[in-house]
Amino acid sequence: MSDGKKQNEQKDLISRIPNWGWLCISFLVAMVLWYCLSIYPKTARSFPFLPKVLASLKTMIERGVLWQDFSSSMISVILGFILGFVTAVPVAFLMAWYRPVRFIVEPWIQFIRNIPPLAYVPLVVISAGVGRRPQVIVIWLATFLIMTVTIYQGVRNVDETLIKAARVLGAKDKDIFVKVIFPATTPFIVTAVRLGVSVALTTLIAAESTGAVAGLGMRIRSLNNSFEVEPMLLYIIIIGVIGITSEKLIKMWERRFTRWQEKREE
Amino acid sequence: MAREERRVKVKIDNVEKIYEGRKGRMVALNGISLDIKENEFICVVGPSGCGKSTLLNIIAGLLDATSGAVYVDGKKVEGTGPERGVVFQQYALFPWLTVIKNVMFGLKLKGMSDEEAKEVAMKYIRMVDLEEFVDSYPKELSGGMKQRVAIARAYAVQPEVLLMDEPFGALDAQTRTQLQTELLKTWEEEQKTCFFITHDVEEAIVLATRVVIMSARPGRIRDIVDIDIPYPRTQETKMTPEFIKLKNRIWSQVYQEYLEVRK
Repeated sequence: MSDGKKQNEQKDLISRIPNWGWLCISFLVAMVLWYCLSIYPKTARSFPFLPKVLASLKTMIERGVLWQDFSSSMISVILGFILGFVTAVPVAFLMAWYRPVRFIVEPWIQFIRNIPPLAYVPLVVISAGVGRRPQVIVIWLATFLIMTVTIYQGVRNVDETLIKAARVLGAKDKDIFVKVIFPATTPFIVTAVRLGVSVALTTLIAAESTGAVAGLGMRIRSLNNSFEVEPMLLYIIIIGVIGITSEKLIKMWERRFTRWQEKREE
Repeated sequence: MAREERRVKVKIDNVEKIYEGRKGRMVALNGISLDIKENEFICVVGPSGCGKSTLLNIIAGLLDATSGAVYVDGKKVEGTGPERGVVFQQYALFPWLTVIKNVMFGLKLKGMSDEEAKEVAMKYIRMVDLEEFVDSYPKELSGGMKQRVAIARAYAVQPEVLLMDEPFGALDAQTRTQLQTELLKTWEEEQKTCFFITHDVEEAIVLATRVVIMSARPGRIRDIVDIDIPYPRTQETKMTPEFIKLKNRIWSQVYQEYLEVRK
């Protein structure tokens, strides 16, 4: 009897703590776990604790590389992503529109999509040389593939009766594209953008693995060679922060575009 | 009767539709001929697979007939046209547009200005009694309300012929009778030629001036029954002896067709 009561009280407590409260708790628990890792002998060398990592932030700024690495990576990610998006949209629509295009191109996309970018980076470098260009090409390719697949699904998913309804209301092919297919596809385009950004970031390390002069991914590798663990961990955390920030920003933007949608997650 | 003297609005002339599939030829419609007079309310009943939706799509211009043709006011139907409006069973509202923007869709395509379109749209939204919901998105509406918006949207562009493909098929019984009454009222006010598909025999009789019974595989017209019950008709009309007599007559034919299909 008292057990059930306790459970009720517990439930109350869980719902009484606001979301940001849980976020704080989650953060604190992570800190505790991190601290444990930093004192446990077997993992201590890989996980120096927060003060040391923060100290390395200062070192990297003093060395003058942090901002350079950050901006270099961001430029590659943004350029690659924009190229990926600009090419994915027309290809996705062409695939959905013209069956021969679909039959020829889709297998290629499915095939390449399953190869980890790290595997083909050297090939790109051989043709594109070192520096910015191969990085952008690799990120472009990876984001292009994921976004094409997502947007293509969206165009194929457009409800046929909506097209019919538009047609009987007097819509010509152009109107149907602009006023039906495009808005109906927006939720998928927004999802594609979110996936594309996340893929761009995860591909970054592979893209910078050969011949980059600066960059978050490149720096992690070079720090690895000199066994500087604190700044390495710092860079990994920075990449994580960039990822979660961009995702939150996109989610805010997504809500504005898809208010009308039937189902909303949580 | 006065209606009989009216001129032919829609002429369906020996329409045939054949689908060539992997499993061979499928004759969906065979030798369909029907003259629909101006302001007539035609209801089509028949088992599923009898091609009634196919026929509606051909009249709408969304599908081409394999042979034969449809004429509206003596003009051959080629593609969709503003004189023919369609209401679909699945409402087909644009989910990213609010109620008023949905109703304005066809008006804007006609080249109306925003203000003008808004005014016309409001008139038809009032007609279906949804003023409170002008700025709602379709997801916020019930099925019956969605279908009212679809009807308003079809009416707003002022078609002369209204084609309805089981518009009330997905609604509960109460909403359905309510919408039937509303539809009859607007039909009497606006005087349009209606072509209405249903699988509900009672619905067909309460609405139609003539009920067309179709048979399946191949889809053919089996019988055409005049409904001489005077308008205005209400739900009480369904209790009258002549209604019940007609219902038995039509239902027995439809039922036979259902049995044929199940074989």
